[in-house]
Amino acid sequence: MKKFMNSADDFLKESLQGFGAAHQDIVSCHYDPNFITRVTPTKEGKVALISGGGSGHEPMHGGLVGYGMLDAACPGFVFSSPTPDQMLAAAEKVDSGAGVLFIVKNYSGDVMNFQMAAEMIQGPNESVLTNDDVAVEDSSFTTGRRGVAATVVVEKIVGSLAEHGGSLQECKALGDKVNKNSGSMGVAFSSCTVPAAGKPNFDIGDDEMEFGVGIHGEPGRRRDKMKSAQEITNELLEAINEDLKPEANEEILLFVNGMGGTPLTELYLIYDNAKNMLDKKNIKISRSLVGNYCTSLEMQGASITLTKLDEELVKHWDSSVHTAAMRWGV
Amino acid sequence: MSVDFLIDTAKKIQVVINDNSSEIEKLDQEIGDGDHIFNIQRGIKLVIELEPTIKDLKMSKALNQIAMKVLSGIGGSSGALFGTLFMTMAKGNAIDEGVDYKKAIEIFAEGVEAVKQRGKADVGEKTMMDVLIPVSNCLKKGVEEDKDLKEILKEAAEVAEKGMFSTKDLLATKGRASFLGERARGHIDPGARSSQLMIKTVCESVINS
Repeated sequence: MKKFMNSADDFLKESLQGFGAAHQDIVSCHYDPNFITRVTPTKEGKVALISGGGSGHEPMHGGLVGYGMLDAACPGFVFSSPTPDQMLAAAEKVDSGAGVLFIVKNYSGDVMNFQMAAEMIQGPNESVLTNDDVAVEDSSFTTGRRGVAATVVVEKIVGSLAEHGGSLQECKALGDKVNKNSGSMGVAFSSCTVPAAGKPNFDIGDDEMEFGVGIHGEPGRRRDKMKSAQEITNELLEAINEDLKPEANEEILLFVNGMGGTPLTELYLIYDNAKNMLDKKNIKISRSLVGNYCTSLEMQGASITLTKLDEELVKHWDSSVHTAAMRWGV
Repeated sequence: MSVDFLIDTAKKIQVVINDNSSEIEKLDQEIGDGDHIFNIQRGIKLVIELEPTIKDLKMSKALNQIAMKVLSGIGGSSGALFGTLFMTMAKGNAIDEGVDYKKAIEIFAEGVEAVKQRGKADVGEKTMMDVLIPVSNCLKKGVEEDKDLKEILKEAAEVAEKGMFSTKDLLATKGRASFLGERARGHIDPGARSSQLMIKTVCESVINS
């Protein structure tokens, strides 16, 4: 294992300290329990948005704390859910009285810990559960689809509504709508190594890829031989379209997300290839996002997320945002 | 059951888990993400370290402290599930007035039921519930039939082992192993193995006392 680290025990703490210091105009990092808040207190009457999950997916979620998006983020250990004490401390800090909306990715550990926090918290609260990963079959007999990159889209759009005075119920409803309107699928070329484990999460051959991979390197639909970028992109989009069923002339957000170890050069190449295919189907790309937002440590790979847009979603997507990782309109 | 018994048992569990750590780690690498043994070891260590804080506390307070420590110290699914187990046991009716073995079995069974709700997992889903639910049922049945305590515990340890082995041929439908589909078949669930070892240790500790 080659990593920039001093010791596995201090890995998260030192990274958080660096993040807090580098973005001290936007965020404050709090320790024991660990959580990240905006540097400014929540405006009175504004619903507080709190997300969180295991670390190792940066900039999600700490990099999405700031004006127009999250009020707080709770980072767990690498690839391990945060705990209720973190969520309670964060909620106490950022709840201005209008309630707390938890945004949670559908992974067992995250769901259970956020659920316990929701049971323990005093004031009004709701949760939005994201489950955009179309790679996993959604049925009542499984843990269900995983929450992956569309969580970023949910946080942006609901963040805007909360900033513009949306109520707790309205924010929850919009979050559920964005999630329902989104589908994602990823592919990995290489594994990733959790610092405390010291060895790769899974083995994969030089000529292989895991198709439908999860954001911790969990298995996807199948192990395939490497293919061309256009073929991979087509297969990812076909899987998403089969689930999301965008209609011809429907407007969508095309989000090409890097897993951490794939350069932007390749992500833009994927964008080009995705545009080729979507153009052929007369699906209109109305908004775009390309970059590393929902990562899996150093994993080589990428995911594509499509979100079906309407006037309301476009308005909230376009509105100003000022976070460490996303910044426009300010 | 006293607070001293809880701490003493945690120390015995620590020895057994450490003795079997490489096996549990290997099981988890096959179908999980390999961190289960570290989580369990960290959790047990944290509970043992609570000794000076909880040794003079009433049972409900001591169990609650254990629950919060496990919840925040382990994290992930294991933290939430074991936290739920102890938190529910801490709420047991009149436990500060003394916990005999019938009471201990009653609150354990309530705890297991809460864990089942939390994880939304039942028997047959290749999780630690394949050990905990049958053990809980066996204990309750033993009390109802007014069996000898040592007899009940001997049976519970056997039921735990049977439950643990039963996970081998199951498909996982909960947690991370569920993403493996058929690829998970043929492997014992690491959570079932670690909880079986804990149950065995508790049973043997009482039988030999």
